[in-house]
Amino acid sequence: MKFKKILPQFLTLLFIVLIFGFFTMNAQDNMDTRGIEFGFGFLKQEASFDIQFSLIDYDGSRSYARAYLVGLLNTLLVSIIGIILSTMLGVVIGVARLSPNYLINKTASFYVEFFRNVPLLLQIFFWYFAALRALPMPEDAPLIFGSSYMTIKGLYTIAPVWNNFDIFFVALIIALVVIYFFNKFAKKKQEEEGKQYPKFLISLGIFIILPALTFIVGGVDLSWSFPELKQLAKTSFTYEGGLGIPPELIALTLALTLYTATFIAENVRAGIQGIGKGQKEAAASIGLTPSQVLKLVIMPQALRIIIPPTTNQYLNLTKNSSLAAAIAYPDLVLVFAGTAMMQTGRAIEIVGITMATYLTISLSISAFMNWYNKRIAIQEK
Amino acid sequence: MFKYVKQLTSLVAMVAVLFTFTTETFAAKKSKTLKNTQKKGFVRCGVSQGLPGFSNADAAGNWTGVDVDVCRAVAAAVLGDANKVKFTPLSAKERFTALTSGEIDILSRNTTWTLSRDADIGLTFVGVNFYDGQGFMVRKDSGITSTSQFKNGISACTNIGTTTELNMRDFFNSKGISYTPVAFEKADEVVAAYDAGRCDTYTTDKSGLAAQRTKMTNPDDHIVLPETISKEPLGPVVRQGDSVWEDIVRWSLNTMIEAEEYGVTSANADMMKTSENPQIKRLVGAEGEMGAAFGLDNEWNLRIIKQVGNYGESYKRNIADTGILPDRGPNELWTKGGILYVPPSR
Repeated sequence: MKFKKILPQFLTLLFIVLIFGFFTMNAQDNMDTRGIEFGFGFLKQEASFDIQFSLIDYDGSRSYARAYLVGLLNTLLVSIIGIILSTMLGVVIGVARLSPNYLINKTASFYVEFFRNVPLLLQIFFWYFAALRALPMPEDAPLIFGSSYMTIKGLYTIAPVWNNFDIFFVALIIALVVIYFFNKFAKKKQEEEGKQYPKFLISLGIFIILPALTFIVGGVDLSWSFPELKQLAKTSFTYEGGLGIPPELIALTLALTLYTATFIAENVRAGIQGIGKGQKEAAASIGLTPSQVLKLVIMPQALRIIIPPTTNQYLNLTKNSSLAAAIAYPDLVLVFAGTAMMQTGRAIEIVGITMATYLTISLSISAFMNWYNKRIAIQEK
Repeated sequence: MFKYVKQLTSLVAMVAVLFTFTTETFAAKKSKTLKNTQKKGFVRCGVSQGLPGFSNADAAGNWTGVDVDVCRAVAAAVLGDANKVKFTPLSAKERFTALTSGEIDILSRNTTWTLSRDADIGLTFVGVNFYDGQGFMVRKDSGITSTSQFKNGISACTNIGTTTELNMRDFFNSKGISYTPVAFEKADEVVAAYDAGRCDTYTTDKSGLAAQRTKMTNPDDHIVLPETISKEPLGPVVRQGDSVWEDIVRWSLNTMIEAEEYGVTSANADMMKTSENPQIKRLVGAEGEMGAAFGLDNEWNLRIIKQVGNYGESYKRNIADTGILPDRGPNELWTKGGILYVPPSR
């Protein structure tokens, strides 16, 4: 009996192992006959190519491993910004689609139908090439908010110049810890004595006052560096100083956000519509204000419906960010699975590392979202 | 009686040994790639995704260019028909993997011959069909006429996965100029971004610059600077480990160049069979057994010249007459002041 149950499973496992073994041996064999070696030693070699945009210190004299890190951080950067912005936009659009106001409702519907039905790569090209051509050359760019220039070569804006940034940073962390314990304390008080504190105002106060103190007593100092126009040739200009954000990052973020937000908006709409009308009416009947109804009754239940499909969208956004290669944003695929692979010829190793990296990022996002989903799930008693 | 039997057996054994020996060498000469190609009936050739003059497809899907002609020459030699080629357009990033994985048998895609590529990643370069060098293109109205006018903060558009990225770094580092590289996966996007004004300069091989300039909105607004910052010998590549196939590709290219040297063209090749010059006769298959070593017939080189033409014809047709690079520069024969020099077919 038991044997009968185990046998098919054992055979399946054996089959998978054999298939995998066959492919490995086949690859090994082919690589041997073609004189290709397998190994990761190349990661320590000098990369000898430069990268347009990096969050960490990098130039071509660093190793391939460092170039990998640059690509990874650039992928994470665009993914995180994309996730935050698309969530914000998605929630707004999702709620707007349920608005009784005809204009708001239809505008939101049109936005969703348009952006989710046009291929993402096309949208990336559109924002990069169409928008790029529409932007002014550096020398013609108008000053925005007294600080920034939006040009064809990117967004140039002011950059903070810190003195003793580490002290400020520590103060910021302390403030967050204090706020966490204060909120815990306030909740306990409310549960035990029914006493309500103005939690938000006090938290905000701590968040501002503690770091601000370091300016007075900690020797922290902040000034701003402004971008300045520099002439390269008769008709060629650029900006120096300040902070330069490449147009590739802007176009990619814009495209990913606008595309993914449509799906998140649909999730939000489905989540809210999935909550029975009676819930809302019951909440209103016990005297809750409309915003309290949304915050205390509808949203906590709707989130359980919204979170799982939205996790998928976060994963999609992260994976879609690899389309960056088409418009020269130096993400993991362009830098590592592109240039580094070409320069070293280590296709199997590099594709393997890249796949493992995306898998790790995706599983991390999944794990976090599952944890969050569990936390907000209804506790059955 | 017994004596004779013994002698007979040894004779049979000797014949058998000899026979196996000859069939074996013959089989060895018929390389695996050659055998597969003849079985399939077409040469599998990896080319660029569109570089006028080198490998470019027209609206009807016909490929032309000097790189394309190398593959056509091989097809003429091994299959008897220069049109029996299946072209696979490849990005710079994909090209070597396509070759080493066996998806194509010749990579003829303006590829620079370097030590690490030749020695490291399972490739063998068979020769040079175009001597090139990396240069810079700028907008004419910028007033820049030399790379010495480049200043800190310049941005340069280019392709990823090429020697260009490495040369560019060497060049700017040696001049002490800080620069922003903007590297795209495909050439079309590089051209579009540079054309839109994203970069101050566009850098790649000079032949590529000349070819891509024709794709700009207004080609006359751009100039290629005179400086050459690297050596880029471009040539066809094959997989490591099939020396017969390697030789076939190498000598198909050499035949084209040598034919030009001896004045053999697609028009006069047949008449040259009766030439007085033994070197010319060897080139058109009228003397010697020049194909046997590859497992080919004797007129393989005649077919190349008749169907594809010599190197000069190919250059004129694809690069000079199209206005890309009318001046042959280093790609002229050694007898005419260039550096094209190939070993003799004999």
